[in-house]
Amino acid sequence: MPIAKVNGVEVEFEPGMTVLQVAELAGEEIPRFCYHERLSIAGNCRMCLVEVKPGPPKPQASCALPAADGQEIFTNTPMVKKAREGVMEFLLINHPLDCPICDQGGECDLQDQAMGYGRDGSRYQENKRAVEEKHLGPTIKTYMTRCIQCTRCVRFSTEVAGVTEMGMISRGEGAEITSYLEQAVSSELSGNLNDLCPVGALTHKPWSFNYRPWELTKTETIDVMDALGAHIRIDNRGAAVLRALPRLKEDLNEEWLSDKSRYAVDGLGRQRLDKPYVRKGGSLTPASWDEALNAVAGKLQAITAEKIGVIAGDLQDAESLKAAKDLFTSLGVKNLDCRQHGEQFGPVSANTPRESWLFNTGVAALEEADVILLVGTNLRLEAPLINARIRKAWLKGQVQIGVIGEAYDLTYDYEHLGSDAKALKDIKKGAFRDLLKNAKKPAVLVGTGPLSGEDGAAVLSLIASEVLAPYNVVREDWNGFNIVHQAAGRVAGLDMGFVPGEGGLDTRGILNGKLDVVVLIGADEIDTSGLKDSFVVYVGSHGDAGASVADVILPGAAYTEKSGMYVNLEGRVQIAERAVFPKGEAKEDWSIFRALSSKLGQTLPYDSLSDLRRALITDHPTFGRVDAKPVAKAFDVTTLGVKGEIKDGLLASNIKDFYLTNPIARASVAMAEISAVRSTPLSLAAE
Amino acid sequence: MSVRRLAAVQPESFTFKPETLEKANWWIAKYPDSRRQSAVIPILWLVQKQEGWVSEPAITAIAKMLGMPQIRVYEVATFYTMFMLEPVGSAALIQVCGTTPCQLRGSEALMKVCKDKIGPKDKLSADGKFYWQEVECLGACTNAPMAQINDYFYEDLTPDNLAQIIDDFAAGKTPKTGPYNGRFTSEPLGGATSLTDPSLFDGSLAKPIKIPNAPEAEKA
Repeated sequence: MPIAKVNGVEVEFEPGMTVLQVAELAGEEIPRFCYHERLSIAGNCRMCLVEVKPGPPKPQASCALPAADGQEIFTNTPMVKKAREGVMEFLLINHPLDCPICDQGGECDLQDQAMGYGRDGSRYQENKRAVEEKHLGPTIKTYMTRCIQCTRCVRFSTEVAGVTEMGMISRGEGAEITSYLEQAVSSELSGNLNDLCPVGALTHKPWSFNYRPWELTKTETIDVMDALGAHIRIDNRGAAVLRALPRLKEDLNEEWLSDKSRYAVDGLGRQRLDKPYVRKGGSLTPASWDEALNAVAGKLQAITAEKIGVIAGDLQDAESLKAAKDLFTSLGVKNLDCRQHGEQFGPVSANTPRESWLFNTGVAALEEADVILLVGTNLRLEAPLINARIRKAWLKGQVQIGVIGEAYDLTYDYEHLGSDAKALKDIKKGAFRDLLKNAKKPAVLVGTGPLSGEDGAAVLSLIASEVLAPYNVVREDWNGFNIVHQAAGRVAGLDMGFVPGEGGLDTRGILNGKLDVVVLIGADEIDTSGLKDSFVVYVGSHGDAGASVADVILPGAAYTEKSGMYVNLEGRVQIAERAVFPKGEAKEDWSIFRALSSKLGQTLPYDSLSDLRRALITDHPTFGRVDAKPVAKAFDVTTLGVKGEIKDGLLASNIKDFYLTNPIARASVAMAEISAVRSTPLSLAAE
Repeated sequence: MSVRRLAAVQPESFTFKPETLEKANWWIAKYPDSRRQSAVIPILWLVQKQEGWVSEPAITAIAKMLGMPQIRVYEVATFYTMFMLEPVGSAALIQVCGTTPCQLRGSEALMKVCKDKIGPKDKLSADGKFYWQEVECLGACTNAPMAQINDYFYEDLTPDNLAQIIDDFAAGKTPKTGPYNGRFTSEPLGGATSLTDPSLFDGSLAKPIKIPNAPEAEKA
């Protein structure tokens, strides 16, 4: 490997690295604005100037200069210092001195680097340039006068987000960043533009003027807005969660985050259930915990277990599911289901392999796939960051993509093979067959939409017999079968068998079964019309569909208010940390079931969260491996689903409005605004 | 240079005229199909030839024709000041050079003529016939002061010449192009003073040249 000297210290580096990267290898910090590891190199801010020998006797932009063997790089010479001061002075010529009213203040690259590398005073006497504000949609607030034209936002939207909407118009002093005719940025990753902006030109509109970064408490945790389990940081001031920012996690979200995960946090402060309620005379009235728990316990004891049903929702942590399952199983209840949309997959029998409901390939490994087939999923909405991964692989030109289902604008080219189940059978007649046949690493991504209908099991079986089996998608060294979950709590539920017991009713059965008592654990995305005559107990954090039909409400904690285990769609167990306390009298969900169990005389055998976790891991060892993607073993794909008749419907995604898919998002003002702007289907908006 | 924006009032639609389309396709054919967008500058130029300026519907039409995002065409159209983003005069677009050589030779007086006869710069005249602007060096410094009117250079101008030229354009005439002080192109006033021997140009002084390694056929 070639060797270069950085400030006299020899460093070995990979061929193809830039001078900036080599200097970083040597531990030297190079200031930069336009350079970003995950974007193409622009080389227009000139902040990364260094001195290089051999070479012309002038500073060189290290971000765009390939390092060479025997090169001497200097980052601390008088020439470099002077160059940095000069660049900084030019950048500040037109940058307003409004840090005290700027939302970026305190976490601003320009501020930090001006302190670190700039001159101590200004020599500039003339007028500064002013730039008109731009309207870039509900997520981005602009102060374009602050813009230093680094074009990170232009590159991100074009390269990563795949929407070529941002651009730099005019030139020289007149240069401005804008979108075409100031149309709102349509990408579901638009919040990352604000993160990338090194100055305060693009800031988070939903959070504007709400906080100073240094007054926030930061908690590193896990996102639950989709099943990816992105690593995030929750920032709160007192009891208020003010923002969610992405953390670096190469295997999952890299350093991006979808707009829903990011901006739905204002929903944590609205529509909250902060005390128990009991329905009296037709209306819900506040009650004490004792009263509410006694009402539930009394009802549960009065009826037989066959007349009790339990449905768990999308955002549940593993602990609350475990406590609920243990409690209701001990009561003899078999009508349990964590698949509130009616998904027809999961642990059907005791020996169903876990791989049958996981995203086996893994998010990061998806980049290695050479053929990807998407079935019945609008991946851009169901898992925006997985979609961005596929785009990344597609940009490298190593992957062929086919789609069965509705044709959405997915930000990459694909072959549309058809919209319905017939298209699955027709694969063997078309040209895509040869691609699949010759693929070294084929990946099939199945959306949960088509698997959630009454014919879901038949669709899954058809996918197995028409795609998985003939093309050997699931191999010893490569498991290409992937279910694209949408709910953060789903895989944990399936892993612990939160599904109907022998002869028990599933979600559909519970909702239409005229049961006496139905317990909804954060389940809101269900058809509640069949629950009119039932006694409904709602355990959850937000007053939404479930709570409105409830007879007793037991207020629980949202994902930022409890430490909980979540299993992402890959089967990766991750632990979310508590950032703030539950609202009012609300309690962590598992402790509600623990309290209810003692009222019922069936006291659960754990008194603390760690006891509960120990029990969970003992009963279900998969929960013991935290933050590791399980090794996806090959399994017999013919066991997937149940052969049956398929209605001639579309294999469509079941997401109606991406920004309003869970109670937290529905309570969020930011989500409502984004939803209103982006409610036109993406396929139309892209025209 | 000021901030460049699309005109506030835009036409409803834009259609390529057949002859524009033909030339556009000729340009597109020069590039591989996956690099169609390389033809964006010539096509913007063709559109400006057809309409006199580049409108928003035209940008959209070009983007569609070349299979590129609108913002990318917009970027190019705003980058080059030769693309006019608002309607220009039906009779003439006058671009007076204001860079140092022309300024020293009296371009400010020319601009005053424009201002008096047409109106403020960078604005369509009241009758819609003229539009004048100050531009940077057009590369005809030997003939300063000068102006480009529509496609041609009008050089060695005096305020009187320019006033007459404007009047001629207003009357629908096309004034002669080139220098207005009587000289031929950039020769000295009163004719050439050197290289005057006609034999220099009739080929009589030419000597046969031996081209080393020339092909046999050429030698004969």
